Amino acid sequence: MSILPLDDNMTQEPTRRARLVVGPADAASITETVCAITERPRPPAAWYAAFAMSAAATGMLFAAIGYLIATGVGVLGNNSPVFWAWPIVNFVFWIGIGHAGTLISAILFLFRQRWRTGINRFAEAMTVFAVACAGIFPAVHVGRVWVVYWLAPYPNQMGVWPNFRSPLLWDVVAISTYGTVSVLFWYLGMIPDLATLRDRAISWWRRIVYGLFALGWRGSAAQWHRFEWAYLLLAALATPLVLSVHSVVSFDFAVSQLPGWHSTIFPPYFVAGAIFSGCAMVVTLAVPARSLFGLKSLITMRHLDNMNRLILGTSLLVAYAYLIELFMAWYGGNQYEAFAQLNRALGPYAWAYWLMVACNVLAPQLFWFPKCRTTPWLMWVIAVLVNVGMWLERFVIIVASLGRDFLPSSWGMFRPTAVDVMMLAGSFGLFCTLFLLFCRYLPMVAMAEVKGVVPPHLGSNGVQ
Amino acid sequence: MPTTQPPFPEWVNRARPYAGALLIVVPAYLVFLIYAAGSPQTTDVGYSPRQPVAYSHQVHAGQMGLDCRYCHTTVETAAFAAVPPTSVCMNCHATIGSERETIKPLQFSMKTGKPVPWVRVHDLPDYVYFDHRAHVGRDVGCVSCHGRIDRMEQVYQAKTLSMGWCLECHRDPAPQLRPEGSITNMAWQPDEDARALGRRLMEENNISPSTDCSTCHR
Repeated sequence: MSILPLDDNMTQEPTRRARLVVGPADAASITETVCAITERPRPPAAWYAAFAMSAAATGMLFAAIGYLIATGVGVLGNNSPVFWAWPIVNFVFWIGIGHAGTLISAILFLFRQRWRTGINRFAEAMTVFAVACAGIFPAVHVGRVWVVYWLAPYPNQMGVWPNFRSPLLWDVVAISTYGTVSVLFWYLGMIPDLATLRDRAISWWRRIVYGLFALGWRGSAAQWHRFEWAYLLLAALATPLVLSVHSVVSFDFAVSQLPGWHSTIFPPYFVAGAIFSGCAMVVTLAVPARSLFGLKSLITMRHLDNMNRLILGTSLLVAYAYLIELFMAWYGGNQYEAFAQLNRALGPYAWAYWLMVACNVLAPQLFWFPKCRTTPWLMWVIAVLVNVGMWLERFVIIVASLGRDFLPSSWGMFRPTAVDVMMLAGSFGLFCTLFLLFCRYLPMVAMAEVKGVVPPHLGSNGVQ
Repeated sequence: MPTTQPPFPEWVNRARPYAGALLIVVPAYLVFLIYAAGSPQTTDVGYSPRQPVAYSHQVHAGQMGLDCRYCHTTVETAAFAAVPPTSVCMNCHATIGSERETIKPLQFSMKTGKPVPWVRVHDLPDYVYFDHRAHVGRDVGCVSCHGRIDRMEQVYQAKTLSMGWCLECHRDPAPQLRPEGSITNMAWQPDEDARALGRRLMEENNISPSTDCSTCHR
């Protein structure tokens, strides 16, 4: 058996286990590679440029929210008959993005997929930031933001509770649970790495801040023992969330009576779409990040290849859901349902529908070709297209269904306002700002976990 | 290699349990504080503004036994229970106690035609539609919401008037109902089980309060 070159882990031979870290990787060099990103005096110039742009967009987001709160929800395009317009589109979009993080960190962990170690940390970070972006939209579109806590069931002087039979309340519970567990999981996994940063710190404030968040981690056997158990338990807790959160989000639609929403396929369809969009976002972020911060040895081409396969697989699931929706509209024999589907494909929002099909179904088919799965710029373009397509999918579901319901006399078109556009663009700004800060100040790759998948823990010539 | 000197001084170790305890106690205390301080029981009950005239309900409604409706004339026929004009006071006080200092503001009001600026005690938010007629006409006694006015030297708010408190009765009105003749009787006590009486009155007078939002928020 020949020994593979150190920088090649693309072997498809079933008798060999591909290297998870390429290059002459050992524990010291992994620590050095990851820590150097936060320890170098200044980030790369591209970081500053990206940060300036995203911080400006974040400012725009909060300016738009301030204007919205001061003036009222009338500044948004939401109006009869499309009461749930862009805010809910954006909300579902961002919540979906988060799912890849939980999938990679929890489900792949339970399935012993060791390649997850290269990308799980920043996929989890992406989850946390996406949930933060998602949470903004339902909160600010309710109109009276200052009483948004009424969404939560708590004993109050009004003697009333939220409607426990409403999926909107299940949604609040699902999202807040998801947010909490994601933050915990992300933070717990980071503790040993934060301790590494603390131990390497040369300035006083770095030692204090990282020291505070490292919670006194010393790397003793007892600590590792408890850490691994806690991590396993949290992974087991987070795993059902991957499936449940977006199922509950889909109930917001499926439990209603509206044709185009009232469908039992929605929960699995939404979950597949969420993982699809999340994996696309991971690739969108990973491709520039690994080359900008010199992480190509840890986030290898094989990682990207695996992610692209996931994108292809979930794309097929989503395509299946699109087809089944059309089939059920015909097979079900309900004229309203049939109209809702035809209206999507041929009505006033047909451009969005076919753009969605092109982005979500056709574009990922390129990933059948190994060349496309391993060419960074191409996979980045496809991943961005998938992000666009998944946003359009929620737009089609929400706006096209609400725009034309049972009564032709109440039909109407939706027009976004400038505030709608500013809030959507601004949410990307907030997401990127948080992500850039994360890249600069926190360990972007789970060092402690990656060290467990390089020699001597896994075979030295790529064979276990 | 950087030093492995611990980042925190020794005493931090000893402070840790206390920090942990604070992390639990402080949020719990804050929640309790906000809950207790924001409760209508704290913010509203006991509100007793000084009135421009030292009128004693305890004397008039209690000792002398004036009926509520002698002054608050519209309570059975309108949403608002009228605050009497000065002339109602003057029915008696034109001759009684006209030399007293406390009557002076009434005489001034009578002379100038300026109404006495009574301060409202029971004030519901503007988004609440409340109708006295609907309650008094359906066997709810004055005392149920206003407390023992006949024992108050200066009127104060006895109940919370919170939404939960309104709903308590709207959801289960039986214990609060009384026969029609005893509506203004502050001291009335049921001869039988209050709930059984209430049930009968609900049956007889077709009393079924609504708890729809639009009942009170129109």
